[in-house]
Amino acid sequence: MQPTNTKDPQYYHKVVDCQWGCPAHTDVPGYIRHIAQGEYTQAYLLNRESNVFPGILGRVCDRPCEPVCRRVRVEEEPVAICRLKRVAGDLKADFKEHLPPIPKQKNGKRIALIGAGCASLTVANDLLPLGYEIDIFESLPEMGGLIRSNIPKFRLPPEVIDEEFDVIVEQGAKLHLNHPIESMKDLLAEDYDAIFVGTGAPKGRELDLPGRYETDQIFVGIAWLESVAFEHIESVGERVLIIGGGNTAMDCCRTSLRLGGKEVKVLYRGTRDRMKSSDWELEPALEEDVELVLNHSPEEYIIEEGKLVGMKFAVLEWSKDTNGKLKSTKTEEVIIPCDTVILAIGQENSFPWVERDIGLDFDEWEVPLVDPITYESTLSGVFFGGDSAFGPKNIIEAVEHGHQAAISIHKYCHNEPLTDRLPYGMNLVTAKMGIHEWTYSNDYGYENRFEVPTVPMEKRFKDINIEVELGYEPGQFKKEVERCLNCDIQTDFVAELCIECDACIDVCPVNCLMIAENADESELRESIKTPANNLEQALFVSEDLPQTKRVMVKDEDVCIHCGLCAERCPTAAWDMKKFTLEIPYAVDEEKSTHDVKTKQAV
Amino acid sequence: MSYIKKPKIIRDSDPRNKLGMTFDDYEGVMSTLCAGCGHDSITGAIIQTVFDLNIEPHKMIKLSGIGCSSKTPAYFASQSHGFNSVHGRMPSVATGANAANSELLCIGVSGDGDTLSIGMGQFSHAVRRNLNMLYIIENNGVYGLTKGQFSASADVGSTAKKGAANLQTPIDPCSIAINLGATFVARSFSGDKEQLIPLLKAGLMHRGFAMIDVISPCVTFNDHEGSTKSYLSTRETKREAVYTDYIAPFSEIEVQYEEGSSLEVDLHEGGKVLLRKTDDSFSPLDRSQSINGIKEASDKGEVLTGLLYIDESQPDFTEVENTINGALNSVSYDDLCPGSKALNELLDNYK
Repeated sequence: MQPTNTKDPQYYHKVVDCQWGCPAHTDVPGYIRHIAQGEYTQAYLLNRESNVFPGILGRVCDRPCEPVCRRVRVEEEPVAICRLKRVAGDLKADFKEHLPPIPKQKNGKRIALIGAGCASLTVANDLLPLGYEIDIFESLPEMGGLIRSNIPKFRLPPEVIDEEFDVIVEQGAKLHLNHPIESMKDLLAEDYDAIFVGTGAPKGRELDLPGRYETDQIFVGIAWLESVAFEHIESVGERVLIIGGGNTAMDCCRTSLRLGGKEVKVLYRGTRDRMKSSDWELEPALEEDVELVLNHSPEEYIIEEGKLVGMKFAVLEWSKDTNGKLKSTKTEEVIIPCDTVILAIGQENSFPWVERDIGLDFDEWEVPLVDPITYESTLSGVFFGGDSAFGPKNIIEAVEHGHQAAISIHKYCHNEPLTDRLPYGMNLVTAKMGIHEWTYSNDYGYENRFEVPTVPMEKRFKDINIEVELGYEPGQFKKEVERCLNCDIQTDFVAELCIECDACIDVCPVNCLMIAENADESELRESIKTPANNLEQALFVSEDLPQTKRVMVKDEDVCIHCGLCAERCPTAAWDMKKFTLEIPYAVDEEKSTHDVKTKQAV
Repeated sequence: MSYIKKPKIIRDSDPRNKLGMTFDDYEGVMSTLCAGCGHDSITGAIIQTVFDLNIEPHKMIKLSGIGCSSKTPAYFASQSHGFNSVHGRMPSVATGANAANSELLCIGVSGDGDTLSIGMGQFSHAVRRNLNMLYIIENNGVYGLTKGQFSASADVGSTAKKGAANLQTPIDPCSIAINLGATFVARSFSGDKEQLIPLLKAGLMHRGFAMIDVISPCVTFNDHEGSTKSYLSTRETKREAVYTDYIAPFSEIEVQYEEGSSLEVDLHEGGKVLLRKTDDSFSPLDRSQSINGIKEASDKGEVLTGLLYIDESQPDFTEVENTINGALNSVSYDDLCPGSKALNELLDNYK
């Protein structure tokens, strides 16, 4: 194998599984360490750099970081990354003085952001410090977009949204509430240098079966949630059926329980493993006594005398055909009585306000054609982000879209090529403080994951505003942080210092090291003491070692970053080094252009 | 030494031996030796050896004397029996243990000081007795625990850390042991586990006294330029006289060598060694060839490694002394203490 190039920031970045898995590449181990040391404001600010809304995301992030957490490969449960983020959000002090200053002298560029959701506000967050003048247009009376209208208040209290959104607007964005944009053409005619569209995927999918329009007790999930959020709907029938198996279905069923629903069932046409809902959204629903009915495909709404009385379902059995494709067989029909049906079978993009003759192209599903790197549409100067760009995803994706779109807008406004973007950088500095002392807690924490305390069941349903999760107690999060394996403290190896004493190999608690004759990858993977079978994880191969010309090999799969290899290394060929990923934002692009110009002038 | 304990993490993919045990199960406490000490690597090789041989920990005893080397039994097989004896007196304790329970596999770990200086007398007699044990010398040429004075195995001309050269002739444990009648003599290097582990296995399965002299660099006091027992110098000067592989019982020999170039020796306690010569003038089955070979290599500034001498035909201590096979605690009380009548009969023999 060729020696591994650890100078490439992406090599060590990939070792930090959570950061690699996060669309915004939040420095998770970094903020967890801040929390461990009681530095909650720093933890919050470190989060904010990449994900902008730590308080919101600490409650409702889809947490792609957790399933990939290294801890899962060592024991069963990942570190409670998301809930530790909330700890930072809950315990931070006033942080406004740490935000970048907003220049009084503006740069003369005006940007319109359509939709006041997470994507748009991220764009504003990134561009305001550069002197841009920003107008945000929102059709609803409050900011937030999907997180305001579709995420129930018992999961995400409105104050949390207000706090994190207001901070950005207070930096000087002009906010226009109750101001829907009716025509893109008209907006283009106005004097904006660039336009960003962050209007989400606001259209819930219909289920047009017999009886659909004969009653007013059938609702489309996301529209219904919005009506509940803005208090247009305050009650629901006692027997509620939710159709669908995603996270919206989970929000609908739990909301129903708080509006008077007594018997709430979620019906999904497939098996549980095919449900799109995250485990952590499904489990609280089941805990609250929602009944999950699988393999039921809706066929008809049963209306009697103009009143919804039930719904007919086909019970399905699933099998695979000769090509391995899933197919269903109907085994029987059942009628489930109900008073209300809520449809949560997906959502779609919808742009009735964008004219189709202005050069802004859409695909057959009404999704705009957007460049996945620059986020520019086919119409120069119009950018998309969040769910409106590529269809429904999640909040943290939307934030990352916002960052990238901000870079593009900045470049667009300065006539720089949009694709000429700064690469990721890294900072690598030793974590050594003494012979066996490190800047991080390297002892392995054996504790199992701590459950977040919740409001007792009997108190939950009285008011939709009662937040169910209470957040960690100090005694809990102080132990939970110790479960983090500090993947950002990298095992950095310098081949020329190695004397091949084997000390690191013998002491490694997970047998992930080896000195061997170089060979091809599959052979090296097999010959490690515990074979390196996880092909998704890299194999580190050093330069030739000075004494025998063999190579040091490390399987990155389950290294627990305990630092014992470095402690047992007599020559410091192994060292533990803190890796910081340097992520370029719009402000860095500005600095880099400025530096180039200064250099040219000199 | 490290402040933290080595974490215990067992994964499904971790190798397990025939007893279902993992490497972790054969480990001991965290080493307090210097980082990079050759002794720790030997400990690692011993752990691999007893893991591969599927040894039940309670059927093994580990013994040592005093010194850095003698700390190492604490670092492996913490579920086995152990005895940390007086300086240089481990062979006596080993003899006692062997007499009390000849079925225990016995690993003695000693150093160049513990064996070749204060323990020279005891060592010699353990060899003479052909005590059934594996005797490992962790040989670094210095007294590391007292800050690096030359030991009896330091080569002439090898320099101390501050530059002074050793002028006294070294004692070579391998030549001495062969001369004293040892039945298994080998030399290896802590930095070469591929060679060391088969030797450890063969030594443990050999009946009688198996001595392995393992060059084990002292990373603190004897790993500098000018030292003949540094990692670099040992790698440069070692020459493998015989390539040795250990073949476990009932397993196939995977590597086939040209006829005449290799030979097999069955080991009394199970398995066999497969030997491949690297030099026609040297055979580990011939005592005088072995002694000459070691001497010639040494004259050329080389360290001869591998299995240097083996004789599987000699009776061991228990056989010569006609002591019982097995543990004394398994002998019935009546046999152990036959009473005054038997005593009187015995005494009558001397009248």
